[in-house]
Amino acid sequence: MSILVGHDTRLAVAGLTGREGRYHALNNRRYGTQVVAGVTPGKGGQDVDGVPVFDTFRAAVAATGANTAMIFVPPPSAADSILEAEDAGIGTIVAITEGIPAHDELMVYAVLKRNPAVRLVGPNCPGVLSPGKANVGIIPASFFKPGNVGVVSRSGTLTYQIGNELAQSGFGNSTIVGIGGDPVPGSSFVDIIDLFEADPETDLIVMSGEIGGSAEEEAAGYIAAHVTKPVVGYVAGLTAPPGKTMGHAGAIVSGSTGGGQAKVDALEAVGVRVGRTPTQVAEIAVEILDR
Amino acid sequence: MWRPPVDLLEYKGKQVLARYDVPLHRGREAATVEQAVAAAEAVGYPVAVKAQVKIGGRGKAGGIKIAASPDELREHAASILGMDIRGHTVHELWIQEAAEIASEYYAAVVFDRAAKAPLAMLSTQGGIDIEQVAAEHPEALATIHIDPLVGFRAFHGRRLAYEAGVETDIVRPVAELLATLYEVFAREEATLVEINPLILTPDRRVVALDAKVALDDSALFRHPDNAALEDTSNADPQELMASERGLTYVKLDGDIGIFGNGAGLVMSTLDVVAQAGGAPANFLDAGGGAKAEAIVASVEVILSNPSVKAVLFNVFGGITRCDEVARGLIEAYEILQPSVPFVVRLDGTNDVEARKLLADADLPNVFPEATMDGAAARVVELVRAAEMERSA
Repeated sequence: MSILVGHDTRLAVAGLTGREGRYHALNNRRYGTQVVAGVTPGKGGQDVDGVPVFDTFRAAVAATGANTAMIFVPPPSAADSILEAEDAGIGTIVAITEGIPAHDELMVYAVLKRNPAVRLVGPNCPGVLSPGKANVGIIPASFFKPGNVGVVSRSGTLTYQIGNELAQSGFGNSTIVGIGGDPVPGSSFVDIIDLFEADPETDLIVMSGEIGGSAEEEAAGYIAAHVTKPVVGYVAGLTAPPGKTMGHAGAIVSGSTGGGQAKVDALEAVGVRVGRTPTQVAEIAVEILDR
Repeated sequence: MWRPPVDLLEYKGKQVLARYDVPLHRGREAATVEQAVAAAEAVGYPVAVKAQVKIGGRGKAGGIKIAASPDELREHAASILGMDIRGHTVHELWIQEAAEIASEYYAAVVFDRAAKAPLAMLSTQGGIDIEQVAAEHPEALATIHIDPLVGFRAFHGRRLAYEAGVETDIVRPVAELLATLYEVFAREEATLVEINPLILTPDRRVVALDAKVALDDSALFRHPDNAALEDTSNADPQELMASERGLTYVKLDGDIGIFGNGAGLVMSTLDVVAQAGGAPANFLDAGGGAKAEAIVASVEVILSNPSVKAVLFNVFGGITRCDEVARGLIEAYEILQPSVPFVVRLDGTNDVEARKLLADADLPNVFPEATMDGAAARVVELVRAAEMERSA
């Protein structure tokens, strides 16, 4: 089954006519994703390598039955694009754009919270890949193969590292979800772990976190109460000095919260095994799966 | 990639607040003793001489003094200018009319990441570390989350004022001030607007004695006036150099330079190096899809830190192409001719081609490694060997 994206995904891309949007959307199509539409105001009626472009998300949905949106527009208009996709009835929105103003993200979060039928992944994320089925975003799909490990991560490259080590040990992935490193992620660890718990193709969940915020602690609480599948954790930035921001909004240790060790402790306290390196994460996952 | 908020100095934060008619004391900035004297003449004695640094605890560190005369002012201005307050050098002063204080409150609007909403706060126990108040007397801190779609309504301010236990006659001005702080927060796209202390004067006026404003860097394009308020006088030279080159760089205390792509992988690299017994000299994220030019700039920034004794490249190519990283490294070698060893681990997109490029270039002192853990162990080993050589 996999989660979020799969054979049923019909993708509309905001920013398809831009250089980056075009490159990655066509890459996604080459992988097998049904890329059915582009959305660029003023360019309706054109096409990008055979993919029809519409002026609005509403027109794209009406003409193509698009059910998933990928947001690839520049930061100033990204929030608008996300809201437009929601307004058009799209259920899964994957926002790749990085550098969206924090107050725009707050507003988007407040709007989407009122619509339980919509799920936003990102922004500032690498996207969602269900190996062998569909790729929505910029995850280099060639490193991953179909399998039973679900991966959810705040970092893109770290996901590739862990996924690659799993692949070398012979294991593949049901779905890989990058939730992004921004201040207000549309989806949290809890949201995605919940989807993996319900997914029959996922037997083990890897969650790759990092210092800052409290998303890992919240995930630990949720896992204890609701998750029956084994979860393997990782927390990047354990040795980062307090007060230093490390490239992600999340990645700052401030005061008593957000520290790496507290996250590791919270996860281990609920039975999540936490690898000390990405390599160890893959080793633990393999050990559990081989049992 | 995401960039940290822009913290404003007190007086620049107050410039923003003044646009919204937040009640403030008269004041002027000064960068020299003479300017301070002129500022004090204009403001009128007695004045407070306040160090302008982006760090708390200025008072305790001796960075805030009262001067009743030009002689006192000269003395205090001279001692505070150039002072080091926990690693921040004082380059500027804020000369402000001395305040008469009846009570000290705390008021703030902050971006609450956990709740994904703005959080407005008020306490009658101001003037001290608010985290201590929150920890020891949580009931003394009134808080309320604001739905950005609804905004800050009058009742929010009243609720905070009554719950914090503000005296009845000033509930209204305090509530109005909180509404104004929220307006500043929302319209200027701040991540923090904090007044500590917010004071009540003996004649029952509510005045913002201090101001801490942090702005969202990603939103500065919509606020060209605010972009000019940023203060970089205390920025680390390497960090400044990196930011001019569009790189995310954080200086650390160790001696192993780190280059990587993606914040998570770079943080993980720092951890793995530390676990191998090494001490990273920096965090450097070249971002996704870095071109050769960015690699050269990165190497330049890393090597400009004199503590660096070896460099570790740890790249997992997604959008970033490993061959591009290899080309950049080769180019950097030609231009910069580094004298320290490089350990290079390249995996992912075009890694085979990258390894061939490096093998063909046959750079002196460059050591390829196949795995992240192996590369970390190798770079630590090289630093130790260099130390042994020096001490021998």
